Amino acid sequence: MSDKIPVTVLTGYLGAGKTTLLNRILSEDHGQKFAVIVNEFGEIGIDNELVVGADEEVFEMNNGCICCTVRGDLIRIIEGLLKRKGKFDAIIVETTGLADPAPVAQTFFVDQDVQDAARLDAVVTVADAKWLSDRLKDAPEAKNQIAFADVIILNKIDLVTPEQLREVEGRIRAINPYAKLHKTTKCAVPIDAVLGRNAFDLERILEIEPEFLVAGDDHDHDHHGHDHGHDHGHDHGHGHDHGPAKGGLKHYHDEEMQSVAIRLDGDIDPKKFMPWINELVQKEGPNILRSKGILAFKDDPKRFVFQGVHMILDGDSQREWKPGEKRESKVVFIGRNLKEADLRAGVLGCAA
Amino acid sequence: MAAPKKPQAAASLAEKVTAIDAGAEVVACGFLDQTPVFALADGAMLFAGAPAHRRAVAHDNAAILIGHCLGGRIVTGGDDGRVVETRADGSAAELASEKGKWIDALALRDDGAAAWAAGKTVRARDARGEVKEFTAPSGVRGLCFMPKGYRLAIAHYNGVSLWFPNTAAEPDGLVWRGSHLDVTISPDGRFAVSAMQEAALHGWRIADKKDMRMTGYPAKTRSFSWSHDGKWLATSGADACIVWPFDSKDGPMGKGPRECGVRPARVSRVAFHPRELVLAAGYEDGWVMISRLTDGAEILVRSAPADAAAAITALAWSGDGRRLMFGARDGAAGVLDLPV
Repeated sequence: MSDKIPVTVLTGYLGAGKTTLLNRILSEDHGQKFAVIVNEFGEIGIDNELVVGADEEVFEMNNGCICCTVRGDLIRIIEGLLKRKGKFDAIIVETTGLADPAPVAQTFFVDQDVQDAARLDAVVTVADAKWLSDRLKDAPEAKNQIAFADVIILNKIDLVTPEQLREVEGRIRAINPYAKLHKTTKCAVPIDAVLGRNAFDLERILEIEPEFLVAGDDHDHDHHGHDHGHDHGHDHGHGHDHGPAKGGLKHYHDEEMQSVAIRLDGDIDPKKFMPWINELVQKEGPNILRSKGILAFKDDPKRFVFQGVHMILDGDSQREWKPGEKRESKVVFIGRNLKEADLRAGVLGCAA
Repeated sequence: MAAPKKPQAAASLAEKVTAIDAGAEVVACGFLDQTPVFALADGAMLFAGAPAHRRAVAHDNAAILIGHCLGGRIVTGGDDGRVVETRADGSAAELASEKGKWIDALALRDDGAAAWAAGKTVRARDARGEVKEFTAPSGVRGLCFMPKGYRLAIAHYNGVSLWFPNTAAEPDGLVWRGSHLDVTISPDGRFAVSAMQEAALHGWRIADKKDMRMTGYPAKTRSFSWSHDGKWLATSGADACIVWPFDSKDGPMGKGPRECGVRPARVSRVAFHPRELVLAAGYEDGWVMISRLTDGAEILVRSAPADAAAAITALAWSGDGRRLMFGARDGAAGVLDLPV
């Protein structure tokens, strides 16, 4: 596991600042060597890195699963990079502005050779504070990229007013309340905010609370150890203010893309849950971009953790429930046109 | 050395193997005249010999991604975009340089022609050095010259194209949905078989394009080998060599494959003996075995301790079938001299 090469996927709509972030990562004095997979050469001004051009070839898998797509070129490139194993520490994949992150992510779950050699570390999305709200209205790709992200770099905040910033942050949170969000100018974030996130590591899915930052206009919160979350649950309001008064976060509801969080006190029956979730992703997989859960299975002293990308699910038993820890199950879905009532009834119907 | 796990597989030729430390992952290997030559991931070619091995840099400051040996030459493709031909005397010639690209696939013809792919671009260079170009519908990872005529099979997304480099005609298409990673053509020229992303083979009878599905693999097939008589196709990707019969006019249609060299490890490379129905197999745990197709007899060539298991990545017989060479991902390599 530990000798698998970490792979960070950089997404972001056209002009948001992906290349700025990439150049910042590469030029920082971190002592690491990267293999960088890009779609366009030219703007990366780093000579001593291994830079590979990609074609972004998205292939459907012949497994009867329409949303199960992979990046064929990425499989080939990672296999080739292994010939230089030991010469670099991590891989960064930059996607085009119009790319859907799902095929890139799915490549790491579907292709056995890639899975044996590399692990997806996180999907990092760079968003333009000035234009994202507009793009969320007219560009489905931009919405996908926000929904899919583990880390969101909300960039160019110097070009917007505090009010506009709260607005765009609210719109991001309406779609994806779980990503780590950093507000930046010129993508100025510490490298460890972007790399080494282990966002797809089941061991690291400790909490799936929404990431509501109460720090308001204070951009320094990025450097603190942990953010102050509070339980947002499922009571989405429509455009009303919520949370701490000063610099509080606006709440929006996105008509198309939402997240649904479901909590169940007590145990879940795995004999009910497993068939339910498998059938769900078979049917609703194209609409469910990401899913995550921490489950208390009946008669199981350990926490069961799962995550999913569209139809692909990955799950494992994790640490034991601590003495005094409340046995409860939490499941989160981020996706398009989610049937919240059905999802809720489905999870609650799996109670042991 | 660990004892073979199968009781009947006590026969071992391990003491006839000369071990070689190649120093880097062996990407391809072959005998040039009588010299075992290894193409290495660090860009070098290793000419094994006594008293000392000789290294020659084929791809300076680059990795060799792919290599093929045929007709007294090894041709390698690197992540420097170069295609380099190395001969027995150690001389090397650059056949091509695709600026800023990787060489993803290679094929050789025994008359001296070569073909390579870089992304979607496929080029064929005939024996006189004339180069023709074809743009495939997607990136290409598999190429194979057809046995008759100057014609190239090109594996890509949704099928295989059969291209005559010297004609302007559109290539003939063998269509099957999905990503085709590699392709091989039967020695009689009647069948094309591709290896797919979905860990299955797909075959076509070229004359009528009739489809053949050859499934059941737990992993992708990345190594093919035809028997000397052209009647069997050995493939990697399972915990045994999967050997498909092509001895009838329908090929393997309606027939199951044979399995040989069954072990609790996946076969990574296969190589049929050039004169006998004897098959060499390299495994992902570093073992090498020889099996006789006619009676299933097995001989161990190399075992590897479980804690130092690196996959066999290259395997080749000498032209006379008296020697077998292999190389592994960790740079371990060896040459077996069969007892006369």
